[in-house]
Amino acid sequence: MKALVSVKRVVDYNVRIQVKADGSGVVTDGVKFSVNPFDEIAMEEAVRLKEKGKVTEIIAVTIGGAKCEETLRTALAFGADRAVHVKEEGEIQPLTAAQALAAVFKKEGAQLFLLGKQAIDDDANQTGQMVAALLDLPQATFASKVELEANKATVTREVDAGLETLEIDLPAIITADLRLNEPRYLKLPDIMKAKKKPIEAVSLADLGVTAIAGLKATKTAAPPKRSKGIVVKTVDELIAALKGKGLI
Amino acid sequence: MSKILIIGQQADGKLSSSIAKVVAAAKLVGGDIEVAVFAKDGSAAAAEAAKLDGVTKVLQIDRAENDNELAAVVAPQVVELAKKGYTHVFAPGTTFGKDLLPRVAAKLGAQQVSDVMAVHGPTSFDRPIYAGNAIVTVEAPAAPAVVATIRLASFTAVGSSGSAPVEKVTVEATLPTHTRFIKLEAQKSERPELQSATRVVSGGRALGSSENFKVIYDLADKLKAGVGASRAAVDSGYVPNDMQVGQTGKIIAPELYFAIGISGAIQHLAGIKDARTIVAINKDAEAPIFEVADFGLVGDLFTVVPELTSKL
Repeated sequence: MKALVSVKRVVDYNVRIQVKADGSGVVTDGVKFSVNPFDEIAMEEAVRLKEKGKVTEIIAVTIGGAKCEETLRTALAFGADRAVHVKEEGEIQPLTAAQALAAVFKKEGAQLFLLGKQAIDDDANQTGQMVAALLDLPQATFASKVELEANKATVTREVDAGLETLEIDLPAIITADLRLNEPRYLKLPDIMKAKKKPIEAVSLADLGVTAIAGLKATKTAAPPKRSKGIVVKTVDELIAALKGKGLI
Repeated sequence: MSKILIIGQQADGKLSSSIAKVVAAAKLVGGDIEVAVFAKDGSAAAAEAAKLDGVTKVLQIDRAENDNELAAVVAPQVVELAKKGYTHVFAPGTTFGKDLLPRVAAKLGAQQVSDVMAVHGPTSFDRPIYAGNAIVTVEAPAAPAVVATIRLASFTAVGSSGSAPVEKVTVEATLPTHTRFIKLEAQKSERPELQSATRVVSGGRALGSSENFKVIYDLADKLKAGVGASRAAVDSGYVPNDMQVGQTGKIIAPELYFAIGISGAIQHLAGIKDARTIVAINKDAEAPIFEVADFGLVGDLFTVVPELTSKL
């Protein structure tokens, strides 16, 4: 069974986000980038499924400019066998990304598509669901456990009410939540080996995709800051302060 | 004029409390506001939706397949309905809404606006990016429709003194069988639901064990509050993961929030930014939680919290 895993290059989760003074976006120059953490979890899951003998080949895919090759090399170091780079320098919004990913999924004849539940830059949480819609395939989002069989998967999902279990026929789309697994640390030999693995470059046009009109960002601002309050010394003072504000 | 379709999430015949907040966001857009309830028998949930102030009509779509509100099953019905002249399709920013709505948007050929936190006009909205560390104002294309999930922490629920008509509707849509519901392991609790509670008490890593969480529950019960936890407490196995408050857990906006034994990682703060008043109790005076707390008390939680509970 072939598994496709998409990975997105995003600002590293440890970077303190700065909004540009002119409100045109956030500062990305000179900032560390890495693989979207939820996509790393998806990649780790694919590798574990391959180690268990349930998946035979892992294909990593990304959409973006030349720098995204680093992202694919990381995926290859994790254990992807080869990669597809959809080259596009401009901004890609989720539905356009989903169209491209759906096209790659179909072209590759994969049975399983694993991806992160959301990217930590735009926090849209849409792409996996959109791929599933475009291909009329099952989706299991926010997965915390995946059991894969030949023709179906049983997936436990983290939902507001608790844990929901679904059974889905393959091919299917599964999006990874935080607790699905803990991604491994990459070892130097794997990083070296990844440099020799093949990356195929394609364009949106090759995949028959034209970008769909998207949201226009008109302004980006920093969130309102909470100001530091007061420190009370005793429980009695705390109770008095809360009563004073009519909170208890 | 706008015609807004709201997906009326329900469970076991009860309308989700999130819908009153989605209606609040829809009222800021203006126009007709219709709530569609997809259920096996949605009579009770539809009756609840009909009372929400601002709702002009409720559509009740009863179908056996809708029992567990699976995204793959509900989406084709929403798509069919949405084509009937709606300018907007809104869903709550719950795991249900987040699972369902992109599936609808893709079928309609619309880019989606996720997590609307402010409405400036029919096509202009604010939404958080980078875990709420930046707020972007976006202009969404009006065609084919504006499809958006609503961030619940940003809106105040509308009242329920209305009386909109309820209409039973049949939607022609072929439903897939490729997705089957197996089970839901829900945490049964008598306490208020985390996302709609006006008061929330959360515990962190410093609690040290699930037994020790009793001090948190005791205070919460005294305050009639919901109970939450930091990611550290969840990852340590003290409490189940549906109690997690933060960027990767639940984003909440209670009137009063107690962060107890929680250091205040960015991850956690992203989930409580909209709380009206934050009280922090921590033995480490340098903990970042004190930077955002309205009231801070430095001390050992195992003495301070029981004292607080007994004196309330």
